[in-house]
Amino acid sequence: MKVEEKIALDAIKNDRESHIKLDQKICGTCRERMCIPVCPGHLYSLNEETGDMVVEYAGCLECGSCKIACIYKSIDWDYPADGCGVQYRYG
Amino acid sequence: MDKVDAIIVGGGLAGLTAAYHLATAGRQVILLERGDAPGSKNVTGGRIYVDPIKDYLPGIIAEAPFERHVVKEIITVLDDDASVQLEYANDRWRSEPYMSYTVLRATFDGWLAEKVSEKGAFVIPKKKVDDLLWEEDRVVGIKAGDEEIGAHIVIAADGALSFMAEKAGLRKPLEPRNYAVAIKEIYRLDEKTIDDRFGLQPGEGTANLFVGAITRGMFGGGFLYTNRDTLSLGIVVGIGDLIQQKDPVAASLLMEEFAARPEVQRWIRGGELKEYAAHIISEAGAGGIPKLYTGGMLVAGDAAGFSLNLGLTVRGMEFAVASGAIAAGVADEALAKGDLSAAFLSRYEQKLKESFVLSDMETFRHARDVLENKRLFTVYPKFLSELLAALFTIGKGKKEPLYTSAKAAVRKYILNWEGCKDLFSVRKM
Repeated sequence: MKVEEKIALDAIKNDRESHIKLDQKICGTCRERMCIPVCPGHLYSLNEETGDMVVEYAGCLECGSCKIACIYKSIDWDYPADGCGVQYRYG
Repeated sequence: MDKVDAIIVGGGLAGLTAAYHLATAGRQVILLERGDAPGSKNVTGGRIYVDPIKDYLPGIIAEAPFERHVVKEIITVLDDDASVQLEYANDRWRSEPYMSYTVLRATFDGWLAEKVSEKGAFVIPKKKVDDLLWEEDRVVGIKAGDEEIGAHIVIAADGALSFMAEKAGLRKPLEPRNYAVAIKEIYRLDEKTIDDRFGLQPGEGTANLFVGAITRGMFGGGFLYTNRDTLSLGIVVGIGDLIQQKDPVAASLLMEEFAARPEVQRWIRGGELKEYAAHIISEAGAGGIPKLYTGGMLVAGDAAGFSLNLGLTVRGMEFAVASGAIAAGVADEALAKGDLSAAFLSRYEQKLKESFVLSDMETFRHARDVLENKRLFTVYPKFLSELLAALFTIGKGKKEPLYTSAKAAVRKYILNWEGCKDLFSVRKM
């Protein structure tokens, strides 16, 4: 099963605004892009056309791995707003 | 500003236990939880040991909605294409009082939140705390959206990423090598199938640990816990190692490969995937503990870095319950005296040292140095696997004496300078 399909099983209430903000200036100089392999949701990708990093915040599992893995501190990561984001039914 | 006695940020084990004790002591308590309900943002292995916590949740722990009591431990050491499994069962674990239980935290925390509400505390879900309120150098409440709520004391129990401890300037910077990412999948299987598959009587459970090739040489391992009618399967990998990979493998792929191993498939086969979860865990041990208090504020549970990985056992929940209860005790004393200064609240740290929380964290301060050794995840699993392959394999040629085969494997992997150093390093634990 693909990661996207796994995330589709989760109860997630999308916030209207992204709780993850990237500083493209910093991302532009990053060669490792460790956010990509570290994120369990596989939500980070590079837009080949624009050269920007993209994050699909809606599938975020709120684990915090990217915030820790990005040693260049490009990721401004906060919890989603009240009652938004993933709601684990098992936990 | 009007002030309530205490505001607790986070409705996990630490926060709920603190609220339970403060409300029992007759204090006005508001607990704010950002999820839909306590437990809904939680990711736990998970197994909880009862003895350390029963005095901190007196009376109610007997009726807690645990999943199964653990009667055996299964350890699987994996090479790329072979594995060794060790099963330890203990008859004493089969009778009450049970030593440990598997647990699903959405259920457990929901139950504990009800107990807390019955004691008169306000448990308010869907409320994310954004900031702390200060008067000079003292915390005097919280800010949530446009609302400000004053409190004589704030207990930060907001989990491993603790934004509250960060805002109070107590937390250490988030270093990749101090954290691991855990990915967990929940599989639905009926109760009877779980009993039969794991060789259990109704109500009994197992804790399974996996180590070796599954993390591709990186720090970490796998786990599988039997719940009543689900299985919790997960993998933990050090973030420091993940980001140093030359040819990066995604954490999600490691989880996928792990679940596909025949040693895992034998347990989860036919199970329906119900949930996919992930969270970071502190692996720093005692070295990752922030400053635990400031004027008007205490930090408890994962927010205080109270998690301890000893390889075979991983503990966090007991520390959360105990630190929550101890924080509540100190907060109650401080409120009675009307002294919320950092100087007075420093007794929180003292009491934690007198309890198992800081004492165990200190005893195993160097566990991480031992567990960080890459050879644990590469050389030793390979050694075991090759040794057994040599002993069990029968081909058409002449077979070497068993002792000769064993000696060759030992020489290759263990009897060398590195092996010698490893032996000495284990003494640190």
